[in-house]
Amino acid sequence: MKIVKLKKDNLFPFLEAIKGDAELWAPVKKDDAKHTFQPVDDFSQIDLDYTRTILPPRKILLPAKFNMYQASKSEFTSDFSHISKKIIFGIHPCDIHAFLTMDKFYSYEIEDPYWLEARKNLVLLGHSCWPDENCMCKSTNTHVVEEGYDLFFTDLEDTYVVWIGSSRGDDLIREKPELFEEDLTDTDIQKFIQRRENRDKAFTTEINFAAMPDLMELKYNDALWEKLGDACLACGSCTNVCPTCNCYNVEDRPVLGKDFSNIQRCWDACTLENYSGVAGGENFREKRADRLKLWYTHKLQSYISKYGKPACVGCGRCVATCPVDINVKTVAQSLDGNEVDSFWDRLSKEVTK
Amino acid sequence: MNTENKITAQSNPFLPEPARIVRTYPLTDDVHFFQVRIADMEKALSFRYEIGQFAMISVLGAGEAPFSISSTPSRPGLLEFCIRRAGAVTSKLFQLKENDFVGIRGPYGNGFPVEKMQGKDILIVMGGLGAAPLRSVLLYCLDNRDLFGRIILLHGAKRPAEMLFRDELLDIKKRDDLEGYLTVDGDDTGQWTENVGVVTTLFPKLENINPENTVGVVCGPPVMYKFVLQEFLKLDIPKDQILMTLERRMKCGVGKCGHCAIDYIYTCLEGPVFSYWDVTHMRELI
Ligand SMILES: Cc1cc2nc3c(=O)[nH]c(=O)nc-3n(C[C@H](O)[C@H](O)[C@H](O)COP(=O)(O)OP(=O)(O)OC[C@H]3O[C@@H](n4cnc5c(N)ncnc54)[C@H](O)[C@@H]3O)c2cc1C
Ligand code: SF4
Ligand code: SF4
Ligand code: FES
Repeated sequence: MKIVKLKKDNLFPFLEAIKGDAELWAPVKKDDAKHTFQPVDDFSQIDLDYTRTILPPRKILLPAKFNMYQASKSEFTSDFSHISKKIIFGIHPCDIHAFLTMDKFYSYEIEDPYWLEARKNLVLLGHSCWPDENCMCKSTNTHVVEEGYDLFFTDLEDTYVVWIGSSRGDDLIREKPELFEEDLTDTDIQKFIQRRENRDKAFTTEINFAAMPDLMELKYNDALWEKLGDACLACGSCTNVCPTCNCYNVEDRPVLGKDFSNIQRCWDACTLENYSGVAGGENFREKRADRLKLWYTHKLQSYISKYGKPACVGCGRCVATCPVDINVKTVAQSLDGNEVDSFWDRLSKEVTK
Repeated sequence: MNTENKITAQSNPFLPEPARIVRTYPLTDDVHFFQVRIADMEKALSFRYEIGQFAMISVLGAGEAPFSISSTPSRPGLLEFCIRRAGAVTSKLFQLKENDFVGIRGPYGNGFPVEKMQGKDILIVMGGLGAAPLRSVLLYCLDNRDLFGRIILLHGAKRPAEMLFRDELLDIKKRDDLEGYLTVDGDDTGQWTENVGVVTTLFPKLENINPENTVGVVCGPPVMYKFVLQEFLKLDIPKDQILMTLERRMKCGVGKCGHCAIDYIYTCLEGPVFSYWDVTHMRELI
């Protein structure tokens, strides 16, 4: 692994030098003080002082709705027009881990070209972060990244320590080598280690993810699920914000005045009511409790056997988003036998409404 | 970073192949038979599938849906389907005529474990639309008659007019290397010469079943499963030699859209064929 240094003043000149005709996505602060990933031309819009964006960066690769192919009477033509060269700057370790998990998922058995081609055209420039009370990435062991990025910027006051994670990352540095310094001083190294130690201590939420597969199994018929089901609004928000959710629907959209259709792929959510409906009006998961069980089986249990780690990367988005406090944190804590006071208060209020 | 943007995905597993409807006719009021051929002759012949697999059929303007392949891989070139009118895709499909185009993707799913079935007695129990996947099993076993022991077929329908493949099966039943029993819940024609009663009333007719050497295969409406499984267990057929196919909503067929999940199993990849033993481990089914 190669490590270099970049003065903060040199950041924008560096981004300018590497951007070319690629689209550069970075965190931007919205009016309501929340952050989103957006394409930026004016780098001064970038705000790196954020914990999590509302939507996960998978939206940049697989937008909420895009054309998979065009269908006419006797011809089908792939449509990859939404895929272009992109750079994501400022992505945090949990979201990089989510990309690695989705890489495995989208390559499993049959390769999904819409994800994999978009990935090939993507440069990932990671950035260090600081946890809040909803970050669980230390528990999921996704708070540091060893692979999956091209460059990773760690903020040390007036300087970035930049880890080079790929040969493409190395090429990017070579676009403007004069902006970088090769040698880290002892003070730099000391600062880096100190920062890491302080950050590790800053995590306040600890979840025993290793126990979750067994607990999901043992408590599959626990009354907890009925209570959660009664409170859940089936709004699907938890699914839209989760960086490792993959479900989608396909729609045939005839193009007005033409003899072909756009076949569109659009985000779906297993927490929504119609998700498991089949012909004849049968619905395999009519109950909200059953849909939540599926979601939490996915997040806490199933990926462990298939990919060796849970699907949850601890980003805390579901915690920040669910209007009735059903999220990985409260559900995992409840499964682990801890009653979370405010959660149960809220839950009983929702249920008796 | 100025590189030309050109996506060169070698193959797109989501892209259907244009195919023509060669023949279509009604089997019952709301179930039609479709014989389809992939337009590209080479691709038509290289479309290799196994019994119990399914394909996605797309109809322009309506969308795509999964259907069991009803023909047998022992007769390549043409694909046959047996389809009930249920909603958007199937209604539009029913309006199409011979020579019209549809799209085909597949084959998908695990299919039946043919190697494990070889040398065994095969007991096929089907009802209603269950005939769609199990016709493929039946025809395959008959085309490869030497590979299997006894072949026993139990087929049930509500009324004679609703029995799928009635004439074909009455014909097959005449073979002396097959034990075939057809039944209807009720005969409203007065001309039905076979059994009357639900499909489980056929079980007492079965003689000298050697359970250890028997593979039981069942597909039909949900109520049928329960009763037929009980009959299989009464016969002492081992749980891992009882095979069934499951239906779920499917949007992709290739393990990406999530819709077919049962617990942590994707039915489109690991199913739709499961043994009774597999199914007893699925929490969402119990
Ligand atoms: C592996 C497999 C094999 C199959 N084999 C066969 C076969 O051989 N023959 C056969 O006839 N069928 C088969 N089916 C079933 C077949 O796929 C369905 O009947 C078909 O998908 C119906 O499509 P449709 O567009 O006509 O109906 P749809 O328009 O999808 O509607 C039918 C019903 O589905 C539900 N539904 C659909 N979309 C929604 C939505 N967005 N929200 C809520 N509910 C919705 C509703 O209950 C609706 O009434 C098989 C299914 C599977 C999974
Ligand atoms: S389950 Fe919640 S915390 Fe875990 S990755 Fe998804 S949104 Fe983030
Ligand atoms: S768990 Fe919360 S966010 Fe998810 S669907 Fe239910 S109410 Fe919406
Ligand atoms: S049908 Fe899409 S995952 Fe199985």
